[in-house]
Amino acid sequence: MSKVTIDRVMADRRAASFSARSIKTGSKGEGLKLVLSMVDLTTLEGQDTPEKVRSLCRKAMRPDSNDPSLPTAAAICVYPEFVAVAKAELGDSGVHVASVATGFPSGQYPLAVRLEDTKRAVEAGADEIDMVISRGLFLAGQRGRVFDEIAQIKEACGSAHLKVILETGELETYDNVRAASDLAIAAGADFVKTSTGKVAPAATMGVTLILLESVRDHFIKTGKHIGVKPAGGIRSAKVAVRYLVMVRETVGDDWLTPELFRFGASTLLNDVLMQLARLRTGQYMSRDDFSEA
Amino acid sequence: MATRLNITKTHKLYIKGAFPRSESGRSIVVNDAKGAVVAHVCRASRKDLREAVVAARGAQCGWSRRPAYNRGQILYRMAEMLEGKRTEFTEVIEAMAVKSVSRTGKKKTGKKKASLARTGNGGVKALSPLREVDASIDRLVAFAGWADKFSQVLGCNNAVNGPYYNFTVAEATGVTAVVTPDEPALLAMVSLIAPVVCSGGTVVAFASEREPMTACMFGEVCATSDVPAGVINILTGQRDELVPQIASHRDIDAIHAANLPKAQGQALRDGAPDSVKRVRVREIAASEWLDSDVCESPWWIEPFVEMKTIWHPSAT
Repeated sequence: MSKVTIDRVMADRRAASFSARSIKTGSKGEGLKLVLSMVDLTTLEGQDTPEKVRSLCRKAMRPDSNDPSLPTAAAICVYPEFVAVAKAELGDSGVHVASVATGFPSGQYPLAVRLEDTKRAVEAGADEIDMVISRGLFLAGQRGRVFDEIAQIKEACGSAHLKVILETGELETYDNVRAASDLAIAAGADFVKTSTGKVAPAATMGVTLILLESVRDHFIKTGKHIGVKPAGGIRSAKVAVRYLVMVRETVGDDWLTPELFRFGASTLLNDVLMQLARLRTGQYMSRDDFSEA
Repeated sequence: MATRLNITKTHKLYIKGAFPRSESGRSIVVNDAKGAVVAHVCRASRKDLREAVVAARGAQCGWSRRPAYNRGQILYRMAEMLEGKRTEFTEVIEAMAVKSVSRTGKKKTGKKKASLARTGNGGVKALSPLREVDASIDRLVAFAGWADKFSQVLGCNNAVNGPYYNFTVAEATGVTAVVTPDEPALLAMVSLIAPVVCSGGTVVAFASEREPMTACMFGEVCATSDVPAGVINILTGQRDELVPQIASHRDIDAIHAANLPKAQGQALRDGAPDSVKRVRVREIAASEWLDSDVCESPWWIEPFVEMKTIWHPSAT
């Protein structure tokens, strides 16, 4: 695997340049609907309960009760314990169930446990598995072992899609982020994902750009499409639209679909709905107008 | 000796504890009667309004949970800061006073005479610029005092048949939009803001369109008085443009205004039912702005609090 190095200054500057576009009215509306369809509505708390998960599922299927024309969210992202609950609630709505697995969020467990974790989530009905890599192994230089682990977990996933969480906030440098992304893709990832949401900084435009470039280079080499999922820290509709601009200008229109680009978020959804309602009604909305996500 | 250039102040908006320009980049010119440019101020857009409301909403919970006594301290601190800027405020109001005189059709010459007769609003000779500033300071002190006392006046212990206490207590309504009349620009704005802030509400205040500079300067008073960012936000610009936006904004819980042109007052009332706002558009005679019985009453607080009734077991 050839090693690509990243010029941090220029990567950040390029990422910042996507924030300068002015996207208004019609385009904004379409962009926001696309964002909505790309959201992995996430709850990953110790205090999650089955009813909290069911409520989130209902929100994913019908984001705004006042506007049935809106698309559903892409998926619900929960702990393995709640996969069955979510699956039952979502039925054939088309909203996927994504489960974090492999000892989320630290990944500091024996491989056998992490594989078992994955298999159980798949058996419970998860359509997508969000795995965490062993940052410890990666930073210790044992990248071959990280590769093997991802490959084995990919096998354990069967037909479920595998998203590989790099936890970029712990990888120290953009060079590491790029190397981890290339490694995950080579090992069989269907998606590369920035963060668990448990570590700051979570998703930034800079690291997401690195992942998009890694995916783009892989596409040029092999013709295969790999997805990207920034997660954590994207809370406003405005910022989400900037990510779409970055996707389009880095990897092109192919990626502007929930099949290949996702937002891991919870508070983002209601902000998107507020902006869409504002476009629809001409009024600025209150948070009280929307159910909790 | 080289002539020194005056360093004039750039008047900006006050949102979330900072002084941004309008996101729209627009400004309006403030002229005195002779057409001389007195200042440029920002012409806030609906997006500036939105940002201000977001700031006020963000600050609301923390502000209403502060001890009432502390809110009183902070209002008193605002009075202290305004006292320190007394001369500056007076001069700015004086600079504008010429204009009001021309509106009444009286020809006045000389600064002193003009300043004694700002009679745009029914001829109040008493309201000199200095008087207006002093009254504004006193008004802040009055509501600083009310902060930990109004709930004793508005709340009560209800008689119930059973071994319970039954209390009614006042809680802040939330985000209130203040719409200031043309004059007295400073005194009216302070009088409309203070009752809301003292009871734990947060404010987005729209300045007098004719004399907006004192409002911008009042932002400086807030910024140096330990008022948490977002509790008071101040916008300048064209009232006609933003009144419909204020009326329809669903995250504004209440509106406090006075002496507006009929159509604007009506627009505020018309927009309110859809988002269930409390609206109080007052008609205050010019002389009443100085009247503490009128403007420093706890009933100025009452429209911007919600009454909550609590049952509590009694010891017997």
